[in-house]
Amino acid sequence: MNRATAGRYGGKAAGVIFGAALLLTGFPADRLSAQDVQRGKVVYDKWCMGCHGETGLGDGPAAKFMLPPPRDFTGAKYQIRTTASGELPADADIERVVAEGMPGTAMPEWKSKLSGAEQKDVVAYVKSLSTFFEGAQPPAVVAFGKAPGGGADAIADGGKTFEKLECFKCHGMSGRGNGKSSPTLKDDWDFPIRAANLSQNWNFNGGGAVEDIYRRMRTGLDGTPMPSFSDALDAKVITDEQLWHVAQYVRSLSPEESPPAVREVIRAAPVAQGAALPAGPDDSTWSRAEPSFIPMVGQIIAKPRWFAPSVTGIWVQSMHDGNKLAVRVSWDDGSKSPDPAWDEWMARLVKSVTDADGALTPAQGPDRFWVQFPKRVTDEAERPYFLGGNTRRPVYLWRWASTPDASEEGTGTGLGRFAALSGASEMTHAASFTDGRWHVQFTRALVPADTTASPTFGVGRAIPIAFFAGDGSNGETGARGAVSAWYAIYLDVPTPPTVYVMPLVAVLLTAGLGLVVVWRAQQQNRKS
Amino acid sequence: MKRLARYTLTLAFAVTGATQLLAQGAVTGTVKFTGAAPANPKIDMAEEPICKAKYTTAPTDPVVVVNKGGLGNVFISVTSGLPAGAKAAAPSTPGTIDQQGCLYHPRVFGVMAGQSIEIKNSDAVLHNIKAMPKKNRGFNISQPTAGMKTMKTFPVAEAAVPFECNVHGWMKAKVFVMDTPYFAVSDENGAFSLKGLPAGTYTLEAWHEKYGTKTATVTVTATGGTATFTFAAS
Ligand code: HEC
Ligand code: HEC
Repeated sequence: MNRATAGRYGGKAAGVIFGAALLLTGFPADRLSAQDVQRGKVVYDKWCMGCHGETGLGDGPAAKFMLPPPRDFTGAKYQIRTTASGELPADADIERVVAEGMPGTAMPEWKSKLSGAEQKDVVAYVKSLSTFFEGAQPPAVVAFGKAPGGGADAIADGGKTFEKLECFKCHGMSGRGNGKSSPTLKDDWDFPIRAANLSQNWNFNGGGAVEDIYRRMRTGLDGTPMPSFSDALDAKVITDEQLWHVAQYVRSLSPEESPPAVREVIRAAPVAQGAALPAGPDDSTWSRAEPSFIPMVGQIIAKPRWFAPSVTGIWVQSMHDGNKLAVRVSWDDGSKSPDPAWDEWMARLVKSVTDADGALTPAQGPDRFWVQFPKRVTDEAERPYFLGGNTRRPVYLWRWASTPDASEEGTGTGLGRFAALSGASEMTHAASFTDGRWHVQFTRALVPADTTASPTFGVGRAIPIAFFAGDGSNGETGARGAVSAWYAIYLDVPTPPTVYVMPLVAVLLTAGLGLVVVWRAQQQNRKS
Repeated sequence: MKRLARYTLTLAFAVTGATQLLAQGAVTGTVKFTGAAPANPKIDMAEEPICKAKYTTAPTDPVVVVNKGGLGNVFISVTSGLPAGAKAAAPSTPGTIDQQGCLYHPRVFGVMAGQSIEIKNSDAVLHNIKAMPKKNRGFNISQPTAGMKTMKTFPVAEAAVPFECNVHGWMKAKVFVMDTPYFAVSDENGAFSLKGLPAGTYTLEAWHEKYGTKTATVTVTATGGTATFTFAAS
């Protein structure tokens, strides 16, 4: 009920409306909550304590591996709010984040596991862990208004305002989380924190829609470096419409389909008759190859495990000309490692992330990328162990590192167990790093000189393929890094390939896709 | 309107009350520094030419300010000896903090609980101002243009509230939120003066961001009193 309505209907009506509102919202929070808090504690101890800790200090047994770590509830600092910077969140804000979880972090969604009442109770309990909520009045909710029409002009204007407000100082010009200040960013607890990669809106903690982005800019994300921009509106530095345009611009930096669909098959299309394969990773020919998105997750199986990977997804494109196969992988990385500017980040990371499997050293390594195939391509559904194979079923590997920029091909019999092939490498590579994005192109003949040492890339056939990425400025050396499940690369024959693709998809599905299925289920939950 | 008038009147009374309490002796003093002052860390402002242009020599982070044997940016306050229940209203003029040349001015200052703080930006670059108190609510706001001003208030007393800018990771300030008006910050020569202390004996505390705290006892008579603190290079 706004003030205008109350005025129009006069005192008595306003009283009635007020009474009704009181009935609807229940009694003031602190009076009603005693019971909820007790019931909420039961839910909390069962589901939340492992991460958020017994007393809500964010120090549960699982906490020390995570980045960002679970929230310490005692300071009542909440990121996802509808209230001004520094204000307490509204109950509905906490309820929303508990229901939806926080994409891009370890905070799961709870709407599929807890009843509505349980969620409300646990929120009451979480609030009771901080003295800031004691006797506090319900906070004022910011009036957000509605998005103006979008379109190309709005997005262009948003891009200009993005520059004017200097969002790029933290997020980078292309929004990939690689602004000049990014290696120095820390949260209120001195944990290193990344300026969000604005081209991956499916990882935004509070949702990736234009409305979500606008709200985060208005309120800021308390406890993090991301400030509120409401004061710039009040001071008329920008208009509300311009701020909406920034939100629309930021949304436009991510693919329309968000999160991008994950397809099991990467298509390697034949180049046009007589045309050449791309000469390098920045060759414009690549714009003609369809990119496939491949999610990556921390390597948490073999020791030393890694729970805080910086690469959470890659794009893969491929082409062949009947003689050679070219594969281009692209991924976002804030740093071309090693980079002295990131020493500060590393120092903070070493203090923050406890590595259960060995000390993390503050020395930076190079950025790394590996592409993996079975050493022998067979028609069996069973593939080598996805983490680097084993002695029974070895893998054939392409390994690239940024500094010095070099690559090698070889045989893997387990993560970190690698033997280079003898003789000169038949695989060549070229790498480029521009504004926080790596492009690496690998090229090799379809038929190798020694077909017993490495696989033949047969046209019209699905070849299993998997990936590993390591960010050297993020402590990712050795087995620490991000891995994918097995996918398949399919070298198109000039005739429509549908007939071949169908049985292939069936094989992949029945073989089970482990990580990917889990990842997609999570994304689906978040979307719905 | 009437209500506003009455409110202003009460406020006026409160302020006069406070002035009476203030119309007493002044403690003057110095914060001495012995030993060689360490070199302050250099700040690389290459990425921020607008700020860099405001300096004629390479800018440093003024952690340790020593001139003529005196240490600056020391916060001095009364920790005991005040009459029980001595109360003073917060002044109606705000404390101010300016962002100038990608540094905070002042770097250390005090306000009273409930007194407003004016945060202003004199640089034509984006600064965010993140305050991280423990007893009060913090905030993280942005000032993307020169000339912007924002008012903030902390209702509860709290020592050394960190202010920081995350765009320029070196920018740091400390704000003391006090219950009484008896506090001061030493100037660049280490001099300070605490005004209005009623006659009596007090314990004073001096706080420096790098060298920690020192205490001293001072007796104030009708003509005032003096206090000296000495910090040593470590
Ligand atoms: C697997 C670990 C994990 C579990 C279990 C977990 N959380 Fe979290 N939670 C996190 C992490 C990590 C964050 C911080 C994310 C960040 O800072 O970006 C978080 C943040 C939060 C926040 C802060 C939201 C905001 O707006 O800042 C709330 C509230 C929360 N969790 C509630 C809960 C509740 C209630 C439960 C139990 C029903 C729970 N969490 C269980 C990991 C967990
Ligand atoms: C001082 C550095 C800084 C500045 C300036 C800044 N951001 Fe951020 N921003 C961050 C950080 C750090 C995060 C990540 C917070 C987290 O992960 O919890 C973030 C997160 C975000 C997010 C993701 C929100 C979510 O739900 O997770 C968006 C969108 C965003 N910023 C947009 C912007 C825009 C647009 C601007 C300019 C108007 C801007 N930021 C200015 C540091 C900054």
